[in-house]
Amino acid sequence: MTDQTTQTGAIAPQADRSRAASGGFLGLGFRDFRLLMIVVALTLLAPFLLNPFPEGSAMAQFNAGYPDLMQRFVIFGIFAIGFNILFGLTGYLSFGHAAFLGVGSYAAIWMMKLVTTNIIPGIIASIIFAALFAVVVGFISLRRSGIYFSILTLAFAQMSYALAYSVLTPITGGETGLQIKSTDRPFLDNLEPGQIGRANLFGIDMRASQILEVGGWQFTFNVGYYVCAVVMILAFYMAIRIFRSPFGMMLRAVKSNQQRMNYTGLSPKPYTLAAFVISGMYAGLAGGLMVAMDTQVGPERMFWTASGEVVLMTILGGAGTLIGPVLGAGFIKYFENIVSKINSDILHGWFAFLPDGLEDFMVAIVYPFVGKGWHLTLGLMFMAVVIFLPGGLVEGGQRIARLFRRRKAADGATKSAAE
Amino acid sequence: MGILEVKGVNKRFGGLQALGDVNLSVAENTCHAIIGPNGAGKSTLLNCLVGKLIPDSGSVMFDGQSVLGRKPHEINQMGISRVFQTPEIFADLTVLENVMIPCFAARDGAFRMHAYETVEAEADIRDMAMTMLEDVNMAHKAEEHAGSMSRGDKRRLEMAMCLVQKPKLLLLDEPTAGMARADTNNTIELLKSIRDRRTITMCIIEHDMNVVFSLAERITVLAQGTPLVEDVPDKIKGHPKVREAYLGEAQV
Amino acid sequence: MDQIIVQILNGLDKGSAYALIALGLTLIFGTLGVVNFAHGALFMLGAFCAVIFNRLLSLSHKVVDESRTDFLGNPMQVDVPYVHEWFGQAAGDALINWSVPLSILFAIPVMLLVGVIMERGLIKHFYKRPHADQILVTFGLAIVLQEIIKYFFGANPIQTPAPDAFRGSLDFGVWLGFDPLTIMYPYWRLVYFFFAAIIIAGVFAFLQFTTFGMVVRAGMADRETVGLLGIDIDKRFTFMFGLAAAVAGIAGVMYAPIVAPNYHMGMDFLVLSFVVVVVGGMGSLPGAVAAGFLLGILESFASMPAVTQFLPGINQIIIYLVAIIVLLTRPRGLMGRKGVMEE
Repeated sequence: MTDQTTQTGAIAPQADRSRAASGGFLGLGFRDFRLLMIVVALTLLAPFLLNPFPEGSAMAQFNAGYPDLMQRFVIFGIFAIGFNILFGLTGYLSFGHAAFLGVGSYAAIWMMKLVTTNIIPGIIASIIFAALFAVVVGFISLRRSGIYFSILTLAFAQMSYALAYSVLTPITGGETGLQIKSTDRPFLDNLEPGQIGRANLFGIDMRASQILEVGGWQFTFNVGYYVCAVVMILAFYMAIRIFRSPFGMMLRAVKSNQQRMNYTGLSPKPYTLAAFVISGMYAGLAGGLMVAMDTQVGPERMFWTASGEVVLMTILGGAGTLIGPVLGAGFIKYFENIVSKINSDILHGWFAFLPDGLEDFMVAIVYPFVGKGWHLTLGLMFMAVVIFLPGGLVEGGQRIARLFRRRKAADGATKSAAE
Repeated sequence: MGILEVKGVNKRFGGLQALGDVNLSVAENTCHAIIGPNGAGKSTLLNCLVGKLIPDSGSVMFDGQSVLGRKPHEINQMGISRVFQTPEIFADLTVLENVMIPCFAARDGAFRMHAYETVEAEADIRDMAMTMLEDVNMAHKAEEHAGSMSRGDKRRLEMAMCLVQKPKLLLLDEPTAGMARADTNNTIELLKSIRDRRTITMCIIEHDMNVVFSLAERITVLAQGTPLVEDVPDKIKGHPKVREAYLGEAQV
Repeated sequence: MDQIIVQILNGLDKGSAYALIALGLTLIFGTLGVVNFAHGALFMLGAFCAVIFNRLLSLSHKVVDESRTDFLGNPMQVDVPYVHEWFGQAAGDALINWSVPLSILFAIPVMLLVGVIMERGLIKHFYKRPHADQILVTFGLAIVLQEIIKYFFGANPIQTPAPDAFRGSLDFGVWLGFDPLTIMYPYWRLVYFFFAAIIIAGVFAFLQFTTFGMVVRAGMADRETVGLLGIDIDKRFTFMFGLAAAVAGIAGVMYAPIVAPNYHMGMDFLVLSFVVVVVGGMGSLPGAVAAGFLLGILESFASMPAVTQFLPGINQIIIYLVAIIVLLTRPRGLMGRKGVMEE
């Protein structure tokens, strides 16, 4: 009987937690809702947050608040969120996800060339085609697991790349790829002869921007970026729902122990295939958005390094966590654009306060890691993360937070002891 | 006619005859033990029952239906659950989640795309799992990480995962192997109570004769892939053939 | 008929490179249980060993040559390689001319060292980590290695010619009774094939006939048991990693005249080599070699005009297509062992 009381005592906090959870919004628990709100705030305020330095100041090159780059942040964020649904939950490491991105892009651009330059049908087409392709690739690749699965997905992606590059030239435009041209006559649009169709959302041009100048600061609000941002927020919300659903739990079960799953009356294959197709659809969506922002596509988008990049993003941010892939995508794209722009003049500017010899020495040391050498920095950083922080940036953040909390707790303890 | 009818099952691995003409009949809601020296084919037989191996010939009927040619998860859905020799649990998940998964499997079948509901909202599944955990005295560990528990706890968890499915037939592969004495006794008590409720048929492979004789109502002795004798425990104890099979292996 | 022989010959040199890289990958995987995505980078480093050695031999300094004048009438300055001064003109030129084969002597110690440092410094810590982590960390290392090479040698391919003696082609067809000039085969590719055959035979002989090799083979089969015998398997495995690196390295050295070394050649070969390893069967050395040659030859057959006419683009995808078919019909590859990489 005593046993019984301790048990109910232990269950009580559990019940509290579920009540607290049902008290959230949009069907999310409190913590998830808070996370979603943080992401919403970050993406919507990005034009401010990413431009913290006044124009013309020495630090202005670290500003990332221009439309092109911000669009890439959120588009690759979507790609990585989707990849994480497969890799983070089921543990299946696909090395060919760029293929779905590419298929989505081609589908979207054909939609825009033939039907309408409104981006909605293009994006829908990109999701559908990526899903169909993912069903085929997933159905075959998922017959194997471990590294065999990785190689199979890689093989499919490389095949798609090679075909898009050569034989499928009539559909893919081969090496030059596809662009919207003045000869394209989408049948739903009434274009003037010779007018080039522009990607739009019910007439609003994706490239339209509002520029806000405050003192020395300059903030750009771009239509295309906000379209992408809204889509990413939706994508992120759906990812949270998947993570918290029974389906998400089954995917974690797939990663944990497939044997037990089988002997529990569950069939792992359809679960994994569903995860594969969902993540393929996310990739297709990202590909479609890329085309919606910048109306062109080439086969290099499907090359295996592009698949490797999304793996890097997910791992760097923290596979299996909700926010990790978004952070990883932002981090890598920021590096790619900002660090790769730093040249030796800028470096000399930084180290100008040092004596001449030392200045040259510092520049010589730092130079290989910036500008064209940013891949080197990326590689080193990536190794460091895998070696020291297998949980990625999210785990790093948690460790720091824990350290602070402990210090605070220790402070509190000493204080109370002093009193 | 038993709930489980194994007839003339043969299984060869290359030149080795692992099972030779095995016949077995397990009556509904009883506890049946299969014993035998190492390499007698006990585990092979179990694997044939759950679909991990397919026999070369013979038939395995469960509840009037053949299990042969069905996949492991289909066989489980027919009502056969299995406890493994080394506990097979979802080590990365919490204890409660481990028990909720079979609840979902029992309610929703082998696959359901329930991606939009939250786990939190599934109150009945959660209650079902918590009740099961209370039954095996693990409710206080519900939020623990299953992989970091002791081996004994993992076994209890696995048992809970099988029982919560309310199987018709529970297969146990050495459920007390490597357990401390106290844990073994607890497990025996747990299994006894299950047996005495008379709602689940149990088929148990065990080396520990103490466990076998305190649980089993019928015993089949397997040697070199063939059933030697099948009888009630009292008759098995002094059976000359059994002594012969076990000579040098264990004292019966 | 002559076309078929031409294609087989063409497939041999690429197949040799696949086989050599796949052999090293399999050695590392079989002995250490590590999936090494940096192996292609080792091949690339080997090719650059040839470049570096060539540059070392060509190091020169300015000397005023009184006998000649430039267009202003001043005595002309000419670059004289140090090797000319040390060994005389003829021997020096011969040295530079033969720099690629000679680089093997330079590459073996360098690559052994690189391999040992890599294993001790990085790979060792990943034995117990999941395969995904191994893939990722070696992938990161591969990026780092190729970026370092890019920093020092630039992004453009560097032509590294074979010795003059091996320039030109062999009229292979005449030997077999075909008309002259029907089957032409560059000498150097023939050299590469024989070289690869010798290396492969050497590795197999080493594993087969030395005690060291025996222990390693035993370790590949069952690492724990060998460890229980009181044999320090770790040290041997470190050496195996060095050996695999050296094999990849000299494969790269000799390949330099066929494809001008560039910083991303490792990645290009890595992807294909992994496919080769998987087709051959993870952990099977003969499988890796057989699959390497098989896929190399299939690839060159697929490039025949007669084939591409019916199946356009097949030459681009044949390897991947074969890999998919093999993996689906023979889950463990052509000669794979049971239970390897099937978690």
